[in-house]
Amino acid sequence: MPGAPGHEPGAPAPAPNAPAPGSNAPAPAPNAPAVVTVTVTARDTDFADGEWHRLHPATPLLRGGLAFIAIIGVLIVNLRDRFFELFFGAQQVDLPPSGGDLESDAIDFIVREELVLLALLAAVGVLLLLIAGFYFSWRMHTFRITDEVVEVRSGILFRTNRKGRLDRIQGINIGRPFVPRLFGAAKLEITVAGNDANVPLAYLRGRDADALRRDILLLASGSRRESSVAASAGAGASAGHAVGLSGILDERVSELLAPELDVDLAAPASVVRMNPGRLIGSTVLSDSTIALVIMVIVLGVTIALTGELFLLFAMFPAMIGIAGFLIARIARSLRYSIAATPDGVRVGFGLLSTTNETLPPGRIHSVKVSQPLLWRRSGWWQIAVNRASRSSQNGAAGQQQTTILPVCNLDDVRAVLRLLLPEVADDEGLPVIERGLSGRGTEGGYTVSPRRARVLRWFSQSRNGFAFTNAAVLLRTGAIWRSLTVVPLSRAQSVSVHQGPVLRALRLASVHVHTVSGPITPVLGALDRLDAMRLFEDVATLALRAAQSDTSHRWRQQ
Amino acid sequence: MTSTEPHSPEPGRLERPETEWQRVSPKYIAVDMIGTLVFGAIATAIAFVPFWFGWAEGWILGVGVGTLFIVTLALIPRRVRAIGYLLRDDDLLFRRGIMFQRFVAVPYGRMQLVDISRGPVARAFGLAELKFVTAAASSGVLIPGLPLAEAESLRDHLVAVAETRRAGL
Repeated sequence: MPGAPGHEPGAPAPAPNAPAPGSNAPAPAPNAPAVVTVTVTARDTDFADGEWHRLHPATPLLRGGLAFIAIIGVLIVNLRDRFFELFFGAQQVDLPPSGGDLESDAIDFIVREELVLLALLAAVGVLLLLIAGFYFSWRMHTFRITDEVVEVRSGILFRTNRKGRLDRIQGINIGRPFVPRLFGAAKLEITVAGNDANVPLAYLRGRDADALRRDILLLASGSRRESSVAASAGAGASAGHAVGLSGILDERVSELLAPELDVDLAAPASVVRMNPGRLIGSTVLSDSTIALVIMVIVLGVTIALTGELFLLFAMFPAMIGIAGFLIARIARSLRYSIAATPDGVRVGFGLLSTTNETLPPGRIHSVKVSQPLLWRRSGWWQIAVNRASRSSQNGAAGQQQTTILPVCNLDDVRAVLRLLLPEVADDEGLPVIERGLSGRGTEGGYTVSPRRARVLRWFSQSRNGFAFTNAAVLLRTGAIWRSLTVVPLSRAQSVSVHQGPVLRALRLASVHVHTVSGPITPVLGALDRLDAMRLFEDVATLALRAAQSDTSHRWRQQ
Repeated sequence: MTSTEPHSPEPGRLERPETEWQRVSPKYIAVDMIGTLVFGAIATAIAFVPFWFGWAEGWILGVGVGTLFIVTLALIPRRVRAIGYLLRDDDLLFRRGIMFQRFVAVPYGRMQLVDISRGPVARAFGLAELKFVTAAASSGVLIPGLPLAEAESLRDHLVAVAETRRAGL
């Protein structure tokens, strides 16, 4: 950060607020930087030292300045003829007089009244004001990361101050929209539990964003600060700095062409990738495609019967909308990867604009593996999760980032579950989970609805059931649209059992396991009343025990 | 205010081994009745509007809505008596409903906040309602009809035990 005051590069900060006045003199740091460029890297990755820092200097440009430049560009293009006249004299008299539009009238007026100088001054003044505004908003926008909190201050006239507690971090999102990505900038968003309770840091240098994420997660993990500083310094030193214009260009190009998932970040065996053929196939066999096909057929028949071609135009926008949605879904999900990193599961995707998010351990509140009827032949599954935070950035399928994996096969389901819920999907739990995906009846320890529940569960009576693994409760539902909901007991908030008049007449009851809100509602209906009571009691006691022994929110603290 | 489980002869009912439930104040029956009466009167009046505007058979609608509310009123005492809660060692057990039964178990450590609120009618009777909020919106533990002092001591107790059993999110 240029201009960051009072900040020693590479100095570990056990006492960040100590006002050491002569600290420059006794600072022969053991790893004293010899080269200037190394100084820069050491400083760059030192954001998490508890001092105030500023964002990337190009931030105003990337956030709103691009629009400003575009406006100037449009103005220049429109006024081109004027400029020619101004600078090359009025030779082009053969131009037809531009007919009365407001803009040229205004300019004519200015020229006629000889106000050119004044107008130019006003324009320059506005420009200077804007630049000053951008500059000060950048200067006033500072952030710091201490052992406990991440804090952001911003605003010139109306100051805002936002703090997020590190031990409540639900995920860290690094987004690289296309244009900032060209400039090597990235935005880092720290999601904290709650709706829109996020702390965004936009923009940072791409490298810095990655290093900062590592540092924040290290702090949040409960490990001590020294190790985090050492790790960040090491990472900073390894990233060499290219000097000069061509060097910068090379760096940008290599950054753009680099694979979305850094090779060093995760062991290759732990990486689950998207197969493009499967992605396209699953999209073709998805509900919205079927809706599209049905619409086209209905439309064709209607037109053939009535001969009213205008219907085609009436339905056109809707069909374009659906097709656009499908194409966007495919395009965004290309280059999709899920990988295990030491500080959680990293989900990354995107072709031009890339996004990747790291979910620390213990932040998944429930997982649902589901399969629509049309996917069964190919053995495809979809995995969604409930999380305590809402990210402002959209997921690969266009909706909130709750669909962790849009489509995968059974092997990937195993791998991803092992990443997301390592304590559940162990060697003991996985067979039970697999029974839950495609099994029926009581095999694998499932308790299913009694036969009299067929009135309510026509096809799925023998699938509708639950089982326990060491650390989770599994709710299995659906014979046509199969799904299995896995709720880790250490994350269950509460549990309830319900019975209305219809269920009472059948001696049945339904059980809800309450988790944070999300796309998954863990409910199991039409259970035998005694089974339901037993499930209720077991979840209540096991969840208590699991919550007491749970330490996953401080995953590196022993 | 402890009482025994209301006797339930139906075979299909949900049963709990616990018998000593904390019950809500009987005065809450009056509070609930007044609220239902006001709302029912307004709804019935609105239901009669088509009749006054000349729809000859419109009175059926109004009488129907009115009857519905009278039945609801008649059931209120039973329903209020069915509300109960129990402070177990590590969690709060809450029950309500006779026609639509519901039992909830909420560990104290999952508490995010406790709310005490009082409507105008409840305040006239010296009652308050206590809401136990977790990170899950569907937990929905709302204990109505507690005398204010009892609600406040319950709140303080819940906050105290939640602090000793604090769990992560």
